[in-house]
Amino acid sequence: MELNNLYQSINLILPEIVLSASLVILVLADLIFHKDKRLIPYIAGIGIAITGAFVINQFGISGFGFQSTSQSIRNYGLIAVDSFGVFFKLIVIASSFLIIFFSLSSSEISKIKDRVGEYYALIFGMILGMFFMISSTDLILIYISLELLSLSSYVLAGFTKLQDRNSEAALKYLLYGAVSSGLMLFGISLVYGLTGSTNLYVINSLIQGPHVNLFTLSLAVILIFAGIGYKISSAPFHFWTPDVYEGAPITITAFLSVASKAAGFALLIRFIKTTFVSYINDNGEWTLINVFDWQSVLIAISILTMTLGNFSALWQNNLKRMLAYSSIAHAGYLLLGLVVLTNQGLLAILIYFIVYLLMNLGAFLVVMLIANKINSEDIDDYNGIGYTSPLLGVSLAIFLISLTGLPPTAGFIGKLYLFVALVDAKMITVAVIALLNSVVSLYYYVRVLKHMYLSKATDSTPSIIPSFGSRILVLVLVIPVLVFGIYFGPLVNLAKSCLVIIGF
Amino acid sequence: MMGFPILTLITFLPVLGMIIILFLKKEQGNTIKYTTLAITAIQVVLAIILLTNYNYSAAGVYEERSFQFIEKFRWIEIGGISWLGTVKIDYFLGVDGLSMPMVLLTALISFIATISSWNINHSLKGYFALFLLLDTGMMGVFVALDFFLFYIFWELMLLPMYFLIGIWGGPRKEYAAIKFFIYTLFGSIFILLVMIGLYFSATETLADGTKVFTFNLLQLMNSGNYTADGILSPLNPNNLRFIAYLALFVGFAIKIPMFPFHTWLPDAHVEAPTPISVILAGVLLKMGTYGILRISYPIFPDITRDLMWWIAMFGMVNIIYGAFVALAQKDFKKLIAYSSVSHMGYVLLGMASLTTTGVNGAIFQMFNHGTITAMLFLIVGVVYDRAHTRGLDDFGGLALQMPAYTGFVTVAFFAAIGLPSMSGFISEALVFVGAFGVESIRIITMISTLGILLGAGYMLWTLQRIFFGPLNQKWATLKDIEFREYAMFIPLTIIIIFLGVYPSAMLDIMNTSVNTLVNFLHNNFTVSSISGL
Repeated sequence: MELNNLYQSINLILPEIVLSASLVILVLADLIFHKDKRLIPYIAGIGIAITGAFVINQFGISGFGFQSTSQSIRNYGLIAVDSFGVFFKLIVIASSFLIIFFSLSSSEISKIKDRVGEYYALIFGMILGMFFMISSTDLILIYISLELLSLSSYVLAGFTKLQDRNSEAALKYLLYGAVSSGLMLFGISLVYGLTGSTNLYVINSLIQGPHVNLFTLSLAVILIFAGIGYKISSAPFHFWTPDVYEGAPITITAFLSVASKAAGFALLIRFIKTTFVSYINDNGEWTLINVFDWQSVLIAISILTMTLGNFSALWQNNLKRMLAYSSIAHAGYLLLGLVVLTNQGLLAILIYFIVYLLMNLGAFLVVMLIANKINSEDIDDYNGIGYTSPLLGVSLAIFLISLTGLPPTAGFIGKLYLFVALVDAKMITVAVIALLNSVVSLYYYVRVLKHMYLSKATDSTPSIIPSFGSRILVLVLVIPVLVFGIYFGPLVNLAKSCLVIIGF
Repeated sequence: MMGFPILTLITFLPVLGMIIILFLKKEQGNTIKYTTLAITAIQVVLAIILLTNYNYSAAGVYEERSFQFIEKFRWIEIGGISWLGTVKIDYFLGVDGLSMPMVLLTALISFIATISSWNINHSLKGYFALFLLLDTGMMGVFVALDFFLFYIFWELMLLPMYFLIGIWGGPRKEYAAIKFFIYTLFGSIFILLVMIGLYFSATETLADGTKVFTFNLLQLMNSGNYTADGILSPLNPNNLRFIAYLALFVGFAIKIPMFPFHTWLPDAHVEAPTPISVILAGVLLKMGTYGILRISYPIFPDITRDLMWWIAMFGMVNIIYGAFVALAQKDFKKLIAYSSVSHMGYVLLGMASLTTTGVNGAIFQMFNHGTITAMLFLIVGVVYDRAHTRGLDDFGGLALQMPAYTGFVTVAFFAAIGLPSMSGFISEALVFVGAFGVESIRIITMISTLGILLGAGYMLWTLQRIFFGPLNQKWATLKDIEFREYAMFIPLTIIIIFLGVYPSAMLDIMNTSVNTLVNFLHNNFTVSSISGL
């Protein structure tokens, strides 16, 4: 590998380098300030801010890093930097930044303050894994980044060790994760056996040839999908989600539900688009290589995911668990954007992720602030809480209405663009099923409102006045949800400028 | 035309009021009430200003330049990469003869409902804030001329309504509130789908000659704007216009509510507090029929012509079924709720005739039902406030105990029956005359007239059970109506009698537009048929 090439490649992974450096600094800081660890969250915040600046700097750049010197495949590298990747990295950075603030105001995390150094270091491990997941174009690197993310999250899921359910979450996560990553690795080995390459672009050109064993390739693709499907918690790989989300510290639950899902989706989209698409026409419609019927598979998985998620959520009494099922349902909605196999659908996914980041983190934040006080996430303990804690009540109501997808909230715009993509692709039946699903989801979201407002407040209903910082945090999330619901031009324009996946 | 944005003002004034109320303290109950009263009173004044500046000969319907008080500017503008096209959504308001009566009705009923809200006794701040938000949603639906904007307003009403029924309602309020919410959301997802489908089927030509997809209702009414391959385009031989029409119709029918989608209504009415019942019956139900007239009819004239018999049929079922069920009720409020189902049937029947007389009758009936039924629900509220029961058999002889009240009740009941010299008579007569003139639905019309007989039956029987006969001594202490209640009843009574004697005051407002609409329905979109099936 020429030195020049290496130098350019390092330029492309500056954000990742900053992340690694911050991780090291955090570990060192943990050792140095072992008496008083109040500084550590701020070090983490600064690390993320600097990373964010480097990511923003990458806007508009597109190129491959760590290219191979072998003649036949020399143009393709291990990682790709493009605006699509930048978009998802920004989603990850934004949610990490918010999670740091969540952690500052979480009573769960304050109970383990002697171990916060490890806590933040592990979060950085997760972010690093996500960054590489978002940009890697090589199956080996995909696998490694997935494992980096998973291993860090296993530990974090059970990090507090305050209750039995924490350890249960970590163990379940580990077991499911081990199985699915094993399956994925097997799939990768099959692909390598078939094509002799692990680079997605090379595989793309090889499977266009006539001598591909379709059965083996399909098997391999399904196995690889098991690994990714587990990360985005799509059916039938979603079984871990409710238990892990319920058991993990709420900050980590929120982080998993947004950032980890975003990285998984980025990986899935890049994997499908670079490996299986042969041609994109002027209307932004993708033509797939005729080896695997992604469309039918994705339709089935998407409908299954949202229906299972929504119907299971109906019966939940623990809010964290309910939000876990709701996040499964939202994975189903997000897959709709991929089902249509058009750039219009991709645009819808990007828009939905911005909206989803705001409303889902917002909902988790309010649940956390309430749990800080009443030490419970049980829906019956929410009775009358809307009257005693007006700000939290109204904000949670807005987040939940947005998750349902009703105007005038941003959630409506997200859903609207998904359905626009579906109708444009003339998939009316799928659109009807998805819309009926959102009617079902109304019931369980509104059930929370019912407990908060339709039940009278009693003397034992706690009055929760969050700290000044927490109030600002709630407003930072709730105001965009309302503003983007009424004026969504900037949202769409941002997403529009981030559709480029290198090579197409 | 005025430069002053009067429609924006009349629509968003309540939001302003809501913000003021949110800044008031919980303890300032009276200030909150008077703020709301002032806001709704200004709305009435604005509605009257609209009326005095209204041009009776401008048609509107499909023609932008003959709409009045237009406000139009770019709201969402998304510049395009070629394959996504550009998205342009206008903030587009205007009124014509179809919406003007509804704007007047909304302002009036909101004002009356505010007076009726005076004895709401807990969580006043939340109540009046939500009430005003609901007001904005209702007014917005009637003045929006862009489908996207219309939909936003349409959905905006759901949440306040849910809370207003759910928090301040009766014993089964939670059930009624969620039933209302889920039913209406179920309807509106179909409206949403058709909206998106239409968006991809028609283009609007901008000033610089480029064509963009559009949500503009008036552009969607022009058959020349449709693309050759749009799924809802009449030019596309495999179009889905028929299915889309049904979907849209179901979405609106749930709001009317049309049989068999009416089951949410009795629950919602019985559990809702009186002022919310008044709003529900007075304004919300009209949104369904207004939506059909404003959107379904002129965008799908082809399908409308094909399905008019069925619409008339459902109108008849509503009239007869609603009346029979009303006869069987033992709860005063439920009886009025079912009479509402019956009376909305006349609107459907009149609309189905596709004649000027019939459609005039339908819109007039919408207005009259708004005033008469609002009064009926207020009447129920008055007796329930005093006696805390609504059982029809629990009363008797109240005429002697509460003579003034009985007087108003008699006026409202006879108006509901359709006695000449009351407004209800004129609109029902117009509906029947219009529908009878159409050969294909003549038999349906004849059967529907039975509804009048049944209506007289349940109304007079109710009058007898509550007000005549010996006085039940339990109620010997009931007081007659007080000043605040006079203030609600007198304006409504005056309007009911005035429009019964001089109906032209209202009919002239709508006549030009209805004429235009009916002509439009018979002469447009003639290329297509329901070949898509």
